[in-house]
Order: sequence, then structure tokens, then C-alpha cells
Amino acid sequence: MRLLLGSLFAFIVAAVVGLGATYLALTRGAAFGPLTIGAWTAWPKTGTVDADPYAQASIARLGRLPTALGDGVAFTASADDSGRPLDGRCDVVLAGVTPPARFWTLTLYNSNGELVANSVSRFGFTSQEIVRHADGGFEIVVAPRANPGNWLPTGGVERYILVLRLYDTPVGVSTKAGREVPMPSVTTKGCP
Amino acid sequence: MIRWLLWALGGALLGGIVHLATIIILPRTATEDAYSRLARVAPVNTVTALPAPTPASAPMPFMDPAFASAVCRYDLSQGPLKLSVPVSLAYTSVSFYTRYDVAYYAINDRAAGRRVIELELMTVEQHNQMPEDEDITAADRLIVESPTLTGLIAIRALAPEPGLMPPAQSSLAAAKCLHAEQP
Repeated sequence: MRLLLGSLFAFIVAAVVGLGATYLALTRGAAFGPLTIGAWTAWPKTGTVDADPYAQASIARLGRLPTALGDGVAFTASADDSGRPLDGRCDVVLAGVTPPARFWTLTLYNSNGELVANSVSRFGFTSQEIVRHADGGFEIVVAPRANPGNWLPTGGVERYILVLRLYDTPVGVSTKAGREVPMPSVTTKGCP
Repeated sequence: MIRWLLWALGGALLGGIVHLATIIILPRTATEDAYSRLARVAPVNTVTALPAPTPASAPMPFMDPAFASAVCRYDLSQGPLKLSVPVSLAYTSVSFYTRYDVAYYAINDRAAGRRVIELELMTVEQHNQMPEDEDITAADRLIVESPTLTGLIAIRALAPEPGLMPPAQSSLAAAKCLHAEQP
């Protein structure tokens, strides 16, 4: 009886610990070898055959195709530079330059990876659409209401994710965060 | 008390095994992974254009809306495939994924260096069976080895601005993915 109760208890602990850890790993999108620059994180290794089991599991669960490393690298931001989650009701400013790449695109998704409906049907920018300063830097305003310049509408959603994809870029598995990979700063400017 | 602690410790260790096992098995059992989603819309060994993602619907999450995209869901059990993708104005890329959505190879228009990206896709076994002299005479042929018998080829063309989406789509419409022996 004691043995039965004991092993039952152990199995319950095993199920809670095992499935709980799996759930946490998948919802957090855990994978090895992240490259974090400011608010941005990329997993260059996830786009190669060496993708670790955690990366594979979270890709299968989301149902997306990872950006292959020979194609490009995708940087994701879900919070600003001070760690505050990106809020679609606030004005968030992206400023600076990007690492070298032939093209890049910036896209706004909700937390399920869907595009967010807005009045002008703009879901992102490509590097060619951006209006730049004389020094090559740029500023993008991510805000619910229209702004002059590079305005990326949020549609007023509470939480969103920004994905900056660099195509045909030297940034890869061996890249270290540093001066050669400058990512734009992400700053929350004003919240109503 | 000690006994229960030991049971809990044993349970936690077993939980670690459960965790690793579920993580490893998950890609094999997922029914909503990219391959399964695309298997419903894309017939095998042919190029299928994917609709552009919109807020209401998208073939997959986290698709880049600046790209026109198409997929070729391949099955190499009947022999190698030939893939040809005309290069669009801005940026064209071809990425290869295994049945379990692992990216194993990608090439873009600049790396291919031609107006048309031409590739042959075969399994390691099929590559080994190729006559050696053919391998030498075909030194300029680009051969990609697939680790799995089935998988996905994602073909994408960038539209640097929304007005350039129609030409990007039409260049993808000319992409072909055929069995090697077919004309």
C-alpha cells in the first residue's frame, strides 16, 4: 500500500515537473545560443540543421518556418530597451541603424504571430521604404495614431512583437553582440 | 517524511525524463506544424503560390508580408527533383526544410549568380548512386542533398515596396519543381 501510494505520488510529481517544464519551455520560446542586442534577440542557429530540440519543438508548436541562415536572420523584440513590454496604445520609437544586410524588413505581429489590422493596411516596412536622416540613420514611430515620417500603426492592440529580418547578411552563428552589429534602440515615448 | 522526500526526488528525476522526451517527440507528433499546414494546400512535387498573409488569415504565423512566397512540398521517393526559380528584381531566396521544419539549406539570387536559380534536390543515397562521370561533367550543377525523403522548399521574392508585389508574384509563378526525368 505504501509502495503504491509512494509511486503514485512520484508519478504525479513527474507529470507536473515534466509537462510543466515542457509547457514553460515552449511558451517562453526557449532555445540555445540566443544573440541578444539591446531589446532584440535572434537565434541564428535555429535556421540551420543544428537547430536544438527546444527550437524544433517550439517551431513545430507555432507552425512557422524558421528563417534559414543562408537566407537571413530574424531579430525579435517584445519589450523596449528598459524591459517594458511593447504596448500598442503607446508611442514607441525605433531609432538608429541596422547591421549590414542587402535588405531588411520590420514587421509588427500580435503574440500569435498574426498581422494586426489597421486603417492603412501597413504591416511593416522594408529597408527601401524608410525615410532616413542625412547620416543614414532612421526613426520609426510605432504608434496607434498617425504620425509624420515612418509610422508603423499598432491598431491599438495591447501587446505586440516586432520582428526585424536581415536578408543576405554577414550576421550569423558566430556573431557576437558588439559595435559591428548595431540594432535600433527601442524607446517607449508616451502612453495615454 | 524522508520516504516521501525520496519519492518526490524520484518523481522529479522522472519528470526530467518526461520533459526531455516530450520536447523530442513533439515535432514528430505536431499536427499544426508548418509542413502539416502546407500539406493541406500544396500538392506534392509542384510549386504552389501561397496567399499573402493578412490580419484575417495566413497560411502560417510569422510570415513576412513584404515577400511573395510559394512552396514546393517534395517527395523524393520517385527520384530526384529539378528546381528552377527565375530571379526577381530585388531579392529572391530558396530555403529547404526537412519534413520536421528544420532548415538545412538556403540560397539567394546573389549566391546563385545567375538570372535563374537552378538546383537539383536528391537524397544522400540518390547522390551516391549517380554515375561518377556524370558527376564530373556536371560540375557546374548545384546539387542539394535532402536529409529526409519528404520536405518543403520555400521560394520567396521580396517586394521592396507594395507596388512591386505583382512583379514579384509573377516571377515566382514561373518557378518549377519537377522530377528530373520529366522534360
